[in-house]
Amino acid sequence: MTTLSSPKAATRRRPFNWRRTSAWVLLAIAIAVSVLPFYWVLRTAFSTNGSLASNSASLLPADFSLGAFKRVFGLQTASEAIAEGGSGASINFWQYLLNSLLFSSITTAGAVFFSSMAAYAFARLRWKGRDGVFTLFLGTMLVPPIFTALPNFLLVKNLGLLNSMLGLVLPYLFMTPFAIFFMRQFFLNMSREVEEAAMLDGAKHWRIFFQIVMPNAAAPIATLALLTFMGQWNEYFWPLLVGTSEESRVLTVGLGVFKSQSPQGAPDWSGLMAATLVSALPVLILFSIFGKKIVNSIGFSGTK
Amino acid sequence: MTTLTKHPDPELSASGKPGNSRKSRKPHKRGKPAAGFRGIGDLKIALLFIAPAMVGFLLFYLVPTIRGIYLSFTEYSILGDPEWIGVKNYQQIVKDPLFWNALGVTSEYVVINIVLQTLLALGLAILMHRVAKSTLIRGALLLPYLMANVIAALLWFWMLDYQIGIVNQFIEWFGLPRVAFFGSEEWAIPTQALINTWRHMGYTALLIFAGLQAIPHTVYEAASIDGSKAFSTFWRITLPLLRPVLVLVLVVTVIGSFQVFDTVAVTTQGGPVNATRVLQYYIYQRAFNEQDFGYGSALAVILFLILAIVAFIQMKFLRGNQSDLD
Repeated sequence: MTTLSSPKAATRRRPFNWRRTSAWVLLAIAIAVSVLPFYWVLRTAFSTNGSLASNSASLLPADFSLGAFKRVFGLQTASEAIAEGGSGASINFWQYLLNSLLFSSITTAGAVFFSSMAAYAFARLRWKGRDGVFTLFLGTMLVPPIFTALPNFLLVKNLGLLNSMLGLVLPYLFMTPFAIFFMRQFFLNMSREVEEAAMLDGAKHWRIFFQIVMPNAAAPIATLALLTFMGQWNEYFWPLLVGTSEESRVLTVGLGVFKSQSPQGAPDWSGLMAATLVSALPVLILFSIFGKKIVNSIGFSGTK
Repeated sequence: MTTLTKHPDPELSASGKPGNSRKSRKPHKRGKPAAGFRGIGDLKIALLFIAPAMVGFLLFYLVPTIRGIYLSFTEYSILGDPEWIGVKNYQQIVKDPLFWNALGVTSEYVVINIVLQTLLALGLAILMHRVAKSTLIRGALLLPYLMANVIAALLWFWMLDYQIGIVNQFIEWFGLPRVAFFGSEEWAIPTQALINTWRHMGYTALLIFAGLQAIPHTVYEAASIDGSKAFSTFWRITLPLLRPVLVLVLVVTVIGSFQVFDTVAVTTQGGPVNATRVLQYYIYQRAFNEQDFGYGSALAVILFLILAIVAFIQMKFLRGNQSDLD
């Protein structure tokens, strides 16, 4: 029986292994397909529209320029912008950037905090109807977002909150089913010893939650906050319904508007790509810092 | 971090995808407090802890779900009050050629997207499992998923441009005719499907990869001792043991895929003609462009039902909740 497995080991040690090499080549192609388009965005963003057409395949920026970024941030006059192939319509990504930042931060802070509280009640406190309520909460994960988006839009409209930051953040502010599920899983598996000791000392649940449980949950809270923030940053449908005015647009919606304003015959490609890059940048920065945490958080750990 | 990676189910699905099937069973096993602690229960304090989440749940999940079903039986144009019209919206939908078009187009999209994405992801997961488990490689493959749909859409809108897009340059170098990826009716849906496949491929691969990592080495060793070749090991051992993970991945990705909207809204907006008027885009148009909330809600109910049925069939026939490792 050992003879059966030893030839395999021998092939592995040979200097050139076709199967391993072809596996690496395929992986390299997949990585190239995943990553290289971002280089193309970068290269286009630093080009000028006039030169893009004649140098459509050059690997370096065609006629290097910062004009596209100036256009995106509203630093060009309309005539300058039109001369460089822009639409000349006023567009201000600073405002969208700020809105996206507010929208994502507020919803992340609210959802993570309130969901953690609820998750603690679902995992650690004993009360009648707990499991039923939890199942009901989780059931909402199955409802497609567009289904609740229509009535939620009506609610926000009736409250007079269309085109306001409050209207944008409200549906996400109090909880997300995923956040509750995520935190509950962590609390269920957390050691009870310290909590029990504190409880014997007469500490109240509030104190235990804020002084013992939350600090101990710093790592999963950070992961959850990262995932939630990036999800919110990329959110498009709800902000498209609620934040349509110039003042309340988030980046994703602003990008769509920028694209639709772009001259039809000869689109402002460099401007569009500069805007795309600006929108992607915060997530890219987060990913470069917390990449490992994000990558490791992906997987169905509940399944064998 | 160690406690984290072991326990919670971090499937990145803040957008409302279903979690795994075991969660609802857990409270009975683990949720019991230590014996003798606060025997009467913690109802009062628990209500305080879940109060904010409960407000969000009632206001933005439960009530809208009920209200959405109610609206689907009304005629409602935002101005004025909803008017009860029974099943009239549904009767109209059955006769609505645009609805059937949307259903057909969405199905075509889902099939192309899911088949390609799952096969590619499975292949990638196996490659990673065999030769490279580094975080850097996984991170590179995950990058597209972290980008907004809108970004993925614009990026490919540029790369696939008919005139000066780099992909058409390549196609021309190979001596083939240029392709109007977004402009032609036959290519519009496959293009949308390809864009979303690009964005989800690495993420799906990582989910499957995690499933592969969970298969014990001893199983492979036993197979190789028994003289199993790599190919038959894959078909007879890896794939069956991976089944529960694959089913979950399929359920989650199919549900997500049916709700395609962002890339369509940014690039083709339903066109050319009706080629990319997918269900969610059609709902959006009826409700928000034509102010027909009753009809839009009825369409949303149908989308909801389709998703529920598809998920149910997948779980039932692929036995997603049973593992062969037990």
